[in-house]
Amino acid sequence: MEVLLTAKQNQDSANKDLVTVDLVQLKKRQLMNQVFSVLGLLTLLFSILVLLALIWDLASTGAPRITKEFFMQFPSRIPGKAGILSAWVGSFCVMIVTALCAIPLGIGAGVYLEEYARKNWFTHLIELNIINLAGVPSIIFGLMSLGFFVQKLNFGQSLLTAGLTLGLMVLPIVIVTAREAIRSIPNSIREASFALGASRWQTIKHHVLPYSSGGILTGVIISLSRAIGETAPLITIGAVTFIAFLPTSPVSVVWPFINFQWLKDPFTVMPIQMFNWISKPESEFHVNAAATGIVLLGMTLLMNIVAIFIRYRFRAKMKW
Amino acid sequence: MSQKIVLTHFSAPGSRARRWRWFREKFVEFILFSAAASSVLVTAGIVWTLISESIPFFKNVSLWDFITGTEWTPTFENAKFGILPLLGGTFLSTFIGLIVAIPLGTIAAAYLSEYMKPQVREIVKPILELLAAVPTVVYGYFALLFVTPLLQQLFPQIQGFNILAAGLVIGFMIIPYVSSLSEDAMRAVPNHFREASLALGASQFQTTIRVVIPGAFSGISSAYVLAISRALGETMVVAIAGGNQPQLTMDPTQPAATITAFIVQISQGDLPHGSIGYQSIYVAGLTLFVITFSFNVLGLWIRKRIQEKE
Amino acid sequence: MQNLRAQINNLSFAYGEKPVLNSISMPVHEKKITAMIGPSGCGKTTLLRCFNRMHDLYTQSIKYEGEIILYPEGKNILSSDIDPMEVRMRIGMVFQKPNPFPKSIFENVAYGLKVRGVKKRTFIESRVEKSLVQAGLWNEVKDRLHSSATSLSGGQQQRVCIARALATDPEILLLDEPTSALDPISTGHIEELISELKKDVTIVIVTHNLHQAARCSDFTAFMYLGNLIEFNASEKIFTTPKDQRTENYITGRFG
Repeated sequence: MEVLLTAKQNQDSANKDLVTVDLVQLKKRQLMNQVFSVLGLLTLLFSILVLLALIWDLASTGAPRITKEFFMQFPSRIPGKAGILSAWVGSFCVMIVTALCAIPLGIGAGVYLEEYARKNWFTHLIELNIINLAGVPSIIFGLMSLGFFVQKLNFGQSLLTAGLTLGLMVLPIVIVTAREAIRSIPNSIREASFALGASRWQTIKHHVLPYSSGGILTGVIISLSRAIGETAPLITIGAVTFIAFLPTSPVSVVWPFINFQWLKDPFTVMPIQMFNWISKPESEFHVNAAATGIVLLGMTLLMNIVAIFIRYRFRAKMKW
Repeated sequence: MSQKIVLTHFSAPGSRARRWRWFREKFVEFILFSAAASSVLVTAGIVWTLISESIPFFKNVSLWDFITGTEWTPTFENAKFGILPLLGGTFLSTFIGLIVAIPLGTIAAAYLSEYMKPQVREIVKPILELLAAVPTVVYGYFALLFVTPLLQQLFPQIQGFNILAAGLVIGFMIIPYVSSLSEDAMRAVPNHFREASLALGASQFQTTIRVVIPGAFSGISSAYVLAISRALGETMVVAIAGGNQPQLTMDPTQPAATITAFIVQISQGDLPHGSIGYQSIYVAGLTLFVITFSFNVLGLWIRKRIQEKE
Repeated sequence: MQNLRAQINNLSFAYGEKPVLNSISMPVHEKKITAMIGPSGCGKTTLLRCFNRMHDLYTQSIKYEGEIILYPEGKNILSSDIDPMEVRMRIGMVFQKPNPFPKSIFENVAYGLKVRGVKKRTFIESRVEKSLVQAGLWNEVKDRLHSSATSLSGGQQQRVCIARALATDPEILLLDEPTSALDPISTGHIEELISELKKDVTIVIVTHNLHQAARCSDFTAFMYLGNLIEFNASEKIFTTPKDQRTENYITGRFG
C-alpha cells in the first residue's frame, strides 16, 4: 500500500499535498482500528476474568466445607455443624410450586397469543403488559405477595406463597420463550392440519404443542434457574432465616397417604441461607456461605447447560 | 366401513354435534385466554397492593415531606420519612453500575459483532451471558468479601460497607444485558451497509462507529434501558455489601441504602402489620415501581420513535 | 351427460377492501380433472382455497358473495350455516410446497382418520396402505412406515401429502400447483399419478405449467385479473380458444 502511494506521489506532483495528507490519515485510522480491536478483546477478557475471580474466590473459601454432612445437617449456631439440609429441601419444594404455577399459565398464555389472539387493542395491551412485567424488580413481586397472598388470602408465610411469588415473577420468561417456540413452527404445517379437517384445538394438541415442546422446556428450565437464586422477594414475604426442620412430608403411611400440609409450612431456601450466613460477623459462617454459593452456582450452571443441550437436540430433530 | 370416515351430510347449525363442537372449542379458547389475561391481573395486583398499602402512610406523612426530606429513619422514635436518601443510594449505585456496564458492554458487543470470528463468538457469547446467570446473593458475597478488601488496598479510606463495591459488582452483573442485546442489534444491521462503507476506504473501526452503531441504535438503546431497569431494581448486592445506612451522600466510599435494600432490611424485622414502619416499605416499593415503570415506558417509546423513522 | 360434482355460481371475493375474484361461474365435473390456469395474481389459488374454506382461518367475519354448490347434496358450502371444518372433511387439499408433518409416514397418512376419531387399528392400517398404493408410494416405503416423513425426497414427500389427503376419501381433491416445487422427474411421476387418480376422485388443479394442463386435464378454466375469461374442454381451449386473451396467454405472449 505504501509503495503504491509513494509511486503515485512521485507521479503526481500537483496533488502531492493531497496524497501526503492521505498517508498520515491512513496511519492514524489504522492505529485506531488496532487499538479498538485490542480494547475490545481486553474488555471481553476482563469480564471473563472477573467471572473467574468470583468462582475462584467462592471455591477457595468454600470448597473444603462441601461434605456430605454439609448437605444433611440443619443450620446451627455452631458454624462447623451448620448445614443446608432445610435450605436445599426448601429450594426443591419451592421450585415445584413455582413450576406448577408458571408452566400452565405461561404455556397457556403463549398458545393463546400465538394461535388465537387477534390484532386488537386488548391483545396489544396484554403484550405490553408482559414486556413491562419482565422489567419489574423482583422485590416488588415480594411486596405484592406480602400484601395479597400472605395477608389478604391468608396463605401465610409459607411454601405456597413462595412458589406463587416466584412463579408469577418468571411468568414473562416462560411466555416469551413459549411464543418464540410456537412461532418457529411454519404455517404450512397448520394449514395441512386444517385442510385434513382438524379443529383448532386438535391442531394445537397434535402439532403446535408437540413441535414446540423442546423450546418451551428450555424456557421453563431457564426460568427455574433464575428463580432458584432469588432471595429478595422471599425475604419480603417473610421467609424466616433460621429453619431447623423440614416441611411436612407429603406422603405418609396413614390415610389419606398424600397431604398438602407441606405447602403451608414455613421454609427456607438456599439463597436465604447464604444471605443469613454472610450477614453474620463471624468469618466461619462466611465459609458456609461460600460453600452454599458454590452449590447454588453449580445448580444454576447445570440447569443452564441442560437447557442449552435440550434446545440443541430439539433444533436438530425438528426438520421442516 | 366407509361411513365411519366419510361425511355424507353437513350438520345443521343447531344440531347437537355442532353445538358440542362449538362449545368445546370455545371452552379451550376461554381457558387459554384466562392464562393470557392472568398476566394483566398480576400487574393489577401489584399496583393495587402497592397503592392500597401506601394510602394510609400518606395520611400521616405529607407528600412534600416525603419527596423532599433528607432523613429516612422509619424505625426511630421520632421517625422521619424523607425518601431522598434512599433515592440517592439507588441512583448512586445504579450510576456506578452503568459507568461500568455501558462502556464495557457496548465495546464488548461491537467486538463480538464486528471483529470476532463466528465460531469463536458462539463460545464466548454464552460465557459472557453466564455473568447474568449468577445468583445475586453470590454477587453480594463477592462484593463484600473480595471487591471491598481489594478496593481497600487501593484506597484505604474505603469503609467495610460501601456503595462503590456494590455499584461495581452491579455493573459487571449487567454487562450481559447491554452486550447481548446490543450485539444482536448490531448483527442485524444489513451487511450491505458495512460493505458500502468499507468499499469507500473506511477502516473497520470507522465502519463500526459511523455505520453499524447508528444503524443498531434502536436495539442498543433498548439494551441500555433494560440495563438501567435491572440496576435500579437490584437488591441483594447492596443489601449485603452496601451497609444499609440511609444517608444522603454522593460519596461512594460510604455506606448507603437503596430502596430495595431498605425493604429487605425491614422485612427481616418484626414490624407489626399496619404500623407506619411497615407501610413505609410499600411506599418505598411504590416509588421504585413508578421509577422502573417510567424507564420501561421510556424505552418502549424510544424504540417506537426510532422504528418509525426507519 | 357428465355428472356435476360442484357448481360455482357468481362467486366474488375480496381481501378486505381489495377485490380478488369477480363473479366467477364454473362447473366441476364428477371424476374429471379441471385445471385452472392464468398468470400470477389472477386469483386461481384464491378460488381454489374458497373450495375448502381456507380463507375462514384468516378473517374473522368473512363474506363470500355467490355460492359453490356441492352435489349430490345440493348445499352451498360457502354458506355461513355450514361449518368450515366439515367442508374440509369432505374436500381435501395438497399444497404447493410439500408439507408433511414431522412425524412418521404412517402417522402422516393416518392423521385425517385420527382427527375424525377412528380408533380401530386394523382399519387405519388398511386405509394407510390403500392410500399409499393410490399415491404410488407403497412399494417404496412399506418397510419404513414408521420412519420420519421429512427424511424422504421432495417428490416422495409430495406423494405422502397426496396419500394423506386421499386417506379420508374426499369428494374433491384440490391440488395447488403440486409440482412447481419439484424436479422434472418427480413432476412426471406425479402427473401420471394424477391421471390415474381421477378414476377415484374429482380433481381440481391449479397450475402454472400449461403443458401439464394440456396433457393431464379434461377441462380447463383460464383466469385473468380475478375474472373467468374462458372455460371449456381442455382440447378446445388449447387448440381453438375463443377469447383473444386466452390465446395470447397460451401462446406465451404474456404471463
